[in-house]
Amino acid sequence: MEQRAAALSTRSIKTSSKVLALDKIIELIDLTTLEGADTPGKVRSLATKAIQPDPSDRGTPHVAALCVYGDMVPYAVDALRDFNRSRNGDAIQIAAVATAFPSGRASLEVKCADTAEAVAAGADEIDMVIDRGAFLSGRHEEVFEQIRTVKEACQRPDGSYAHLKVILETGELSTYDNVHKASWLAILAGADFIKTSTGKVVPAATLPMTLLMLEVVRDWYRLTSKRVGVKPAGGIRSSKDAIRYLVAVAETAGEAWLHPSLFRFGASSLLDDVLLQRQRMKTGHYSGPDYVTID
Amino acid sequence: MSRLMIPKTYKLYLNGAFVRSESGRSYKVSDDNGIFVANVAMASRKDAREAVVAARVAFAGWSGASAYNRGQVLYRIAELMEGRREQFVEEVYRAEGGGKEAAASQVEGAIDTWVWYAGWADKYAQVAGNANPVSGPYFNLSVPEPTGVVATIAGRRPCLLSLVSLIAPALVSGNTVVAFPSQAHPLPALSLSEVLATSDVPKGVVNILSGSPAEIAPWLASHADVNALDLTGAEDLNWIELQMSAAETLKRIIPPETAAWAAWRSLDRILAFTEIKTIWHTKSVI
Repeated sequence: MEQRAAALSTRSIKTSSKVLALDKIIELIDLTTLEGADTPGKVRSLATKAIQPDPSDRGTPHVAALCVYGDMVPYAVDALRDFNRSRNGDAIQIAAVATAFPSGRASLEVKCADTAEAVAAGADEIDMVIDRGAFLSGRHEEVFEQIRTVKEACQRPDGSYAHLKVILETGELSTYDNVHKASWLAILAGADFIKTSTGKVVPAATLPMTLLMLEVVRDWYRLTSKRVGVKPAGGIRSSKDAIRYLVAVAETAGEAWLHPSLFRFGASSLLDDVLLQRQRMKTGHYSGPDYVTID
Repeated sequence: MSRLMIPKTYKLYLNGAFVRSESGRSYKVSDDNGIFVANVAMASRKDAREAVVAARVAFAGWSGASAYNRGQVLYRIAELMEGRREQFVEEVYRAEGGGKEAAASQVEGAIDTWVWYAGWADKYAQVAGNANPVSGPYFNLSVPEPTGVVATIAGRRPCLLSLVSLIAPALVSGNTVVAFPSQAHPLPALSLSEVLATSDVPKGVVNILSGSPAEIAPWLASHADVNALDLTGAEDLNWIELQMSAAETLKRIIPPETAAWAAWRSLDRILAFTEIKTIWHTKSVI
């Protein structure tokens, strides 16, 4: 895994492809704020950034989704309403973390209530955490049942489902075997996305772990012709790193996965670096952090 | 029995570490008689970009350190240079020729320059700052603050003294520096970076890149995250073009000068890379 990830990382990227890659990265970002200090104001300003990441260049694409805590969903919905109405189909999704994020230490009832509340508030996507304690103790069936139950809680009154992303927290599962097992478990239980980490545990997303998860979704696609998405989150801060992930996605799962419905970056500061690199490409000189908006 | 020669590998000093250029390039350095001395790393524009990032990160800590602390650190640089005096004299002599005495006096001049500026650390703000008279119950105070990241192009000769004379005044007030020493004689400057690495200067505060200023300076001049450009030693470059490019992002600039090196020790050099902040504070409640 590590060797393959290292080999993919040495790929040289030509300038013209880099311009395309930077725009693609923006389109794949789940712009995230998951702090205890979050306020409605911060969510609103982040929503503005999600819509128009670089006010100096109106050609900048918008991000894929805004990822917030469950209680912030109404503010996100409110801030994105006008934009999303005007975009029919090409909307910015609202993702909410649920199920006692980030630890997942709560009873199943609480987790389901947490999820249902976020969905009722208007979340399009739910990022749930698995019970790592249960998984590591070998109680795999319990984890499976929990994911299935949360999936049920994602159902809306009209019968449709909010997209379910299952966070494995690879940093706590630690071995490739565990992550491999957990990925299959999540997919079989009905996950629409498998996500590496909460961003609260070090190490967060790593390229080798993401590569492994990409192999699982590729194998699942070969077996069932169904596509499951992958979302690395946490620790991806530079455009250079992000481009390495894009290469890994294209080379492992296939280019079909380079789409917001199948691949996302969970990130907050990554967007700023991508904007700096974009400005550099456009103006021909290096830009600085003073020239992008402050979160 | 003769010993095996242990030639020194000269690298870039970037973010507190000694690294080769990311480009893998190097160039040959000769002594005054044209005899090969060493291969040194040749910095690329990406190395310069990394150096600016490192300097930006280091800025908060260095400018936030107390004036006394910065003074002590600068003095410490002088102490350690004194300890390696012989090495510096030898390197300067090999690079520039012109007799050991001249080399020794240059090294002494460089060491004394650190001491001279170290003394200013906790004084320049008193001299340049002011309590301004205003008509109202307010204190109105002006204080100089460091500009930010300073890119420095040092002159050809005297290779060591010129570099020290440019970076010391920028450092006193809390700026961080990306410096290009003399392209032809970079070795004393690269040895200076070893002194900096071991003398309590936080990583990233000074970054020393050997290579071609003519190639890299335009990138630093146009770089939006560089706040000031010291072109004192850039008389061989197209410095008018560099100034125009730097004006795009409103950089502070010192253009090339012809003044004698001794005249470079001046309060003006410190103040060139500071910004004046003025504060109003009510005094009615006192």
